Amino acid sequence: MANYMDIIASCKDKPGGIIEAYHAIQKEYNYIPQEALKEAARAFKVSEAQAFGVATFYSYLSVEKRGKYIIRMCESAPCHVAGADEVLKTLEAHLGIKVGETTSDGKFTLELTECVGQCQATPVVTINSEPIFGVKPEMVPEILAKFK
Amino acid sequence: MDIKLTIDGKEVVVPQGTMLIDACRQAGADIPTFCFDPDLKLAGSCRMCVVQPKGWRNLVASCVTPAQNGMVIETESPDVIEARKVVLELMLARHKLTCHTCEKDGECNLQDYCYRYGVTESRFVGKVHSLFKDDSNPFIERDYDKCVMCTRCVRACDEITGARAINVMDRGHHAKIATSFDGELADSPCVFCGQCIMVCPVGALSSKIAAGKGKPAQNEKVLTTCTYCGTGCTLELNVKNDKVVGVTSNRDPEWSPVNRGALCVKGRFGWDFINSPERLTTPLIKENGEFREASWDEALNLAAQKIKGIKEGYGPDSLAMFSSARITNEENYLAQKLMRAAIGSNNVDHCARL
Amino acid sequence: MAQEYRVLLEYADKINPEKASDYIKVGGYKGLEKARSMNPKDLIEEVKKSGLRGRGGAGFNAGMKWSFVPQYPETKYVVCNLDEGEPGTYKDRIICQKNAQALLEGMAICGYAIGSKQGYIYCRGEYPFVVELLKNAIGNAKESGALGEFDIEVRMGAGAYVCGEETALIESIEGHRGEPRFKPPFPGVEGLWRMPTVVNNVETFACLPYILTNGAEWFAGIGAKSYPGTKVLTLTGDIENATYFEVPTDYLLRDVIYELGGGVKGGKKLKAVQVGGTSGAFIPPQNLDTPIDFDSMSAIGAALGSGAVFVMDETRDIVDIVNRIAKFFEHESCGQCTPCREGTFRCKEIMEKINNGRGSLQDIENLKLLARVMMKASLCGLGQAAPIPITSTLTHFEYEYLRKLV
Ligand SMILES: Cc1cc2nc3c(=O)[nH]c(=O)nc-3n(C[C@H](O)[C@H](O)[C@H](O)COP(=O)(O)O)c2cc1C
Ligand code: SF4
Ligand code: SF4
Ligand code: SF4
Ligand code: SF4
Ligand code: FES
Ligand code: FES
Repeated sequence: MANYMDIIASCKDKPGGIIEAYHAIQKEYNYIPQEALKEAARAFKVSEAQAFGVATFYSYLSVEKRGKYIIRMCESAPCHVAGADEVLKTLEAHLGIKVGETTSDGKFTLELTECVGQCQATPVVTINSEPIFGVKPEMVPEILAKFK
Repeated sequence: MDIKLTIDGKEVVVPQGTMLIDACRQAGADIPTFCFDPDLKLAGSCRMCVVQPKGWRNLVASCVTPAQNGMVIETESPDVIEARKVVLELMLARHKLTCHTCEKDGECNLQDYCYRYGVTESRFVGKVHSLFKDDSNPFIERDYDKCVMCTRCVRACDEITGARAINVMDRGHHAKIATSFDGELADSPCVFCGQCIMVCPVGALSSKIAAGKGKPAQNEKVLTTCTYCGTGCTLELNVKNDKVVGVTSNRDPEWSPVNRGALCVKGRFGWDFINSPERLTTPLIKENGEFREASWDEALNLAAQKIKGIKEGYGPDSLAMFSSARITNEENYLAQKLMRAAIGSNNVDHCARL
Repeated sequence: MAQEYRVLLEYADKINPEKASDYIKVGGYKGLEKARSMNPKDLIEEVKKSGLRGRGGAGFNAGMKWSFVPQYPETKYVVCNLDEGEPGTYKDRIICQKNAQALLEGMAICGYAIGSKQGYIYCRGEYPFVVELLKNAIGNAKESGALGEFDIEVRMGAGAYVCGEETALIESIEGHRGEPRFKPPFPGVEGLWRMPTVVNNVETFACLPYILTNGAEWFAGIGAKSYPGTKVLTLTGDIENATYFEVPTDYLLRDVIYELGGGVKGGKKLKAVQVGGTSGAFIPPQNLDTPIDFDSMSAIGAALGSGAVFVMDETRDIVDIVNRIAKFFEHESCGQCTPCREGTFRCKEIMEKINNGRGSLQDIENLKLLARVMMKASLCGLGQAAPIPITSTLTHFEYEYLRKLV
């Protein structure tokens, strides 16, 4: 696993690049650990309070530990009318968690998202940003089985 | 180039770059504000100061909109009043309305504006999730159930104090003021200067030291100079029944030329000793292990005699002087003069060096 | 039968969007060459003359916007808005995936016109694969020399619809919370790092090479007079052909749905169509014979917006859908200004109450009041537009609300 110090150092020269650094940190850790946030604040010369304010503003950034695979259910209107609620219920039942939670084995985190721009085949689920199209409740077990 | 505009039927002339709020005030209009603070960067976010330019589709926030030539402004049109009322009702809908016990009662913007616009209750009451921050620090109460999210505290902390201890976390309705990782102020770079309390337009931030001792309307405000250090900040003693029950500050540069209202932790919070029964009011001399009261002449004579004795017996360098930051430069000058010229030693130091 | 008219997407799937050489083979980078042979002032005039208006939602004349940029500062920026946050919209993704080089060329043309050597593309966090594609496309174009001295950097958003608002987008590139700035000053004067900045949508930039190559008159002659050119639309909801189309801007909404879209799914009747994304108005069937261009849509109280077309059939529950939309805005409000921060939350609460059969006439009155104030007093377009789905459905589908009241 790449060290967060190195990750941050590699983005340091981009003006205002703290969000880029957060993306890079999340790629390794799936969230922004406290120490990494503090280091980012230092590197980009902003207060820790501000670095924290930035990290908590964006839905795709998290300062809390998350699972290896982040499942996001799109609930925007086009996916909503295509049955997103049913898919979400099935996801919750299969994973045994509610939205916002992580499975006890640390594998899956379930989140809601607004439109991910793949509305040609609704409803859409993304797993680590990879879209899965036209998801029906009965497809859920098969989809989850692919992620080990 | 000057700009000519009409405000509530009056013609006003203002220099280019003047914000509408100043032009309106020049025309005698009373513009209500929450987020506007003349000493801080503009936010334009509370939308309380909206006014109506004739022919525009939307209302504009007067604190961030520059006056333009030929504008015709109404500051209390039906649309303006409706918007201000709704803004107040939206604030009230999540506000812990406990004016009777609130430290801000009587000088609170929210209370004043609700009174002005006759807003007794909110039509939008619904779910309220508490944002109160239980913070164990001894100085500042952070009751965000009364916060209107004007962000003046954040800007004051950044721009006046430079501590940058707080910021906004999360977004939307869930946004709130927080330190990094939403911790306590004591674990943040906060220096407990209380500038955030000073700028807060409501009772979300208040002094724990002054809590319960007197409401603004009950207190007489006496301007004085802080005695803690030689900077000489102006502060306002809040006096009730001849007792100091709090310290606030005056931001008017005419009255507070040195600090313009800014104080440090000592000036703002370090006054509760004044009425302490343990406070010394007369010199004491220790005899046979016991203190007894003495006159100033007796005490000073005794000290002079002892100092003389030590100097004669062991030489001037067996003495040292340690002076205080609470006295002025002039007094400190005299203190080192006494040590060097009268006693003959360079052993002088000062607490501000530590 | 009304046809698609492909300009931006003519070579979709026939060329590799990452390769400048593919694009050059089909006439690419000729527009930039032509632009650079012109004096920047004349170039801006040419763009003005084409009548090109912003494709990001506000419909501002592109050449006009560029003309506000002052000449004297050394540093200026060209920023491309690829935040594409309006639910039901994916046309900017399609333009990138099919014809990324046209976007780069368009940005370089703008750079030359305003005197900027640095561009940024702000791509939404939902499209990491588009970020990769664009980085490769830029690398390839730079290598081929097609972009000359003009540099482009890609930055990725992180899940915030409000960052599509141009000043919030700028704040985000600067590494801040995506909170919109008050205007004025406008980005053209004080934008990225407080320097003059032009922000345009992907589609707006991608039109430029074709305008320069074929001439302003050619472009001005396509589609609606006051909003010429083509528009890429994305069809979602209860529609047979849920896909994207490029059409001239005088194309009728009815034809979008019944010709290209193949009609309402399963042959059902149409109840409503929402154009422009989630902040758009709900349009009742009686208004279908309206051209999709900006001004015609405005005239019926709707908006072309991003060009999303969300179709709802006769069985759909309007109140439930508006409730979902209200939740969207509550989630996406930046939280800066009072009318929107608190208003979107209360709108959602009241919509939920009505949707769950607990609402009253008083709730509808409160919604209308909130909507009025949010539209007039919010700081940015998000809070100003958030009530539109509510007000437009209260106008055209009030009975759907009334039948749910207690
Ligand atoms: C809440 C909000 C979201 C917006 N989202 C987008 C967006 O995703 N893409 C976009 O191009 N413009 C968006 N805009 C419009 C931009 O602020 C801006 O007008 C546009 O990028 C200018 O480009 P154009 O003139 O080429 O359309 C949004 C505006 C608001 C108020
Ligand atoms: S902050 Fe103001 S309105 Fe709120 S309880 Fe205190 S005095 Fe009353
Ligand atoms: S007390 Fe001073 S340092 Fe602490 S948060 Fe308030 S303004 Fe900042
Ligand atoms: S605590 Fe006070 S100053 Fe700070 S944002 Fe809230 S109301 Fe404003
Ligand atoms: S209208 Fe909404 S999104 Fe825009 S500034 Fe206000 S709170 Fe933020
Ligand atoms: S609405 Fe779900 S992907 Fe667009
Ligand atoms: S006082 Fe003007 S917006 Fe707050």
